Amino acid sequence: MSHFVNLSLNGISSGMIYASVALGLVLVWRATRIINFAQGSMAMFSTYMAVTLLDRNLGYWEAFAVALAVGLALGAVVERTLIRPLQGKPELNPVIVTFGLFILLEGVAGAIFGVRSRGVPAAFSQSGLTIGHHRVSFSHFDLFVLGSVLALMVLMLVLFRATDVGLRMRASAFAPEMSRLVGVRVGRVLTLGWALASLAGSLAGLLVAPRSAFSPNYMDLILVYAFTAAVVGGLESPVGALVGGLLTGLVLSFVGGYLGSSLEPLGAAVILILVLSARPEGLFSRPAARQV
Amino acid sequence: MLEVDGLTVSYGPVRALRGVSFAARPSTITAVLGANGAGKTTLLRAMTGLVRPQEGSVRFDDHELTGLPVEEVVRLGVAHVPEGRGVIDQLTVEENLRLGALWRKDKSDRKRALAETYDLFPPLAERRRRLGAALSGGERQMLAIGRALVSRPRVLLLDEPSLGLAPLVTAQLMALLAELTLLASLTVILVEQNARSALSVATWAVVINLGQVVVSDTAAAVGTDTGLRHHYLGF
Ligand SMILES: Nc1ncnc2c1ncn2[C@@H]1O[C@H](COP(=O)(O)OP(=O)(O)OP(=O)(O)O)[C@@H](O)[C@H]1O
Ligand SMILES: [Mg+2]
Repeated sequence: MSHFVNLSLNGISSGMIYASVALGLVLVWRATRIINFAQGSMAMFSTYMAVTLLDRNLGYWEAFAVALAVGLALGAVVERTLIRPLQGKPELNPVIVTFGLFILLEGVAGAIFGVRSRGVPAAFSQSGLTIGHHRVSFSHFDLFVLGSVLALMVLMLVLFRATDVGLRMRASAFAPEMSRLVGVRVGRVLTLGWALASLAGSLAGLLVAPRSAFSPNYMDLILVYAFTAAVVGGLESPVGALVGGLLTGLVLSFVGGYLGSSLEPLGAAVILILVLSARPEGLFSRPAARQV
Repeated sequence: MLEVDGLTVSYGPVRALRGVSFAARPSTITAVLGANGAGKTTLLRAMTGLVRPQEGSVRFDDHELTGLPVEEVVRLGVAHVPEGRGVIDQLTVEENLRLGALWRKDKSDRKRALAETYDLFPPLAERRRRLGAALSGGERQMLAIGRALVSRPRVLLLDEPSLGLAPLVTAQLMALLAELTLLASLTVILVEQNARSALSVATWAVVINLGQVVVSDTAAAVGTDTGLRHHYLGF
């Protein structure tokens, strides 16, 4: 029983991280119909910035803020310099470009920081909390993971639903040409979408680092799980990313706990296949709008 | 002053416009008439930059519009209600309307323009929170026109606005356009299938056939030329 509870708690915590990266994938997909294979390595890059600053004795929260800012800027720069020129080009180009960026970033990070894994300090204690008389495998750091990803999700939701910028973003995602025809500068909106997506990835990067073998490829498997989560959630919906993330986190945690952790990637593949064959549009996409 | 000069547009091998020129005088309504496939929609699309002309230019006051991105043309005060489906289905009625005025700086006037549009089209006011996808054809048309009006345009390009509207609503719309040309110095380019109703409200008329201007004259002169009417306007 307590094993089950612990696995559930772990699943929720990692699920929030998958959700954060999945949110990034969803934002990019909605804005530009591109799967960003470099989402994880961009997060790796901004997290290395934070780690470098921490090594030079900058405060934790300052380094944290810098990494998020670097993430935001990196997303904007990537959109402007690499993605924008692809407009109107064959479909395969974006795949090649984001995959190329993935290889490039990991190669450059390896050259600068080395490929050996290292430890990264955490903002909060990672030892399990004691609830009543039971020690559970859920730490202050897990609470921080939960809180920060939820906060990000809520902020994004408010941005989309309650601000002019959010209205522009939704309009541009649904109907780019019509949005231009009512004066929306769709190009800028796309840049912002990529920036916010990269920000969500950066947050995940920072949250994963302390509990992983931190090296240039430490986000690779996370990206695979986040992709699973995004597809489960339907690729279109931020709420879908959250639910898809939690679901993927829980299932993989049970697979790892009961069947062995080496089976986790296989578990993700099974989830993907099940969802794609039962509901290819994901669990959370809206019913198709009436086509007139 | 809105001037179209020698506009030529091709869709691949299909020539849709061949050297179209005309000028729309400020604060007037210019009707653009012609049979199906004459090139009316193409003309409006070329004016806002939705299609790129091979030749020719469009000027509005001191601005050269040819080559500008669509959104920048719109931000100069040129609103375009496209043929048929301009409503964004996944947004609510209110969001669609707000979107129309979003580029304008004056926030309080944006609110006022929104309220005026609801007064003008009461069915929209009753359906604020409804998704665009769940509107009737006529309601969609009202929404598309309302969204252009909330931007308080200086030039309004309308592509068959009466399509799907009840005769009474069409009449109200035409009266409103006439009023706006006087009160708000709006310049209207009105593409219409229903030549009779367009000529009754327009001051000027341009008749297009096979991508070329056949006549460009006062609406009264075009409306009373029986040869023209029989040949190109079908009444
Ligand atoms: N996207 C397109 N690709 C190829 N040809 C097109 C395209 N759009 C229009 N055409 C052609 O260009 C010509 C002009 O079309 P346009 O839509 O401008 O006519 P219209 O005057 O608006 O007609 P209607 O009154 O039926 O709306 C037609 O021959 C049409 O078939
Ligand atoms: Mg037409």
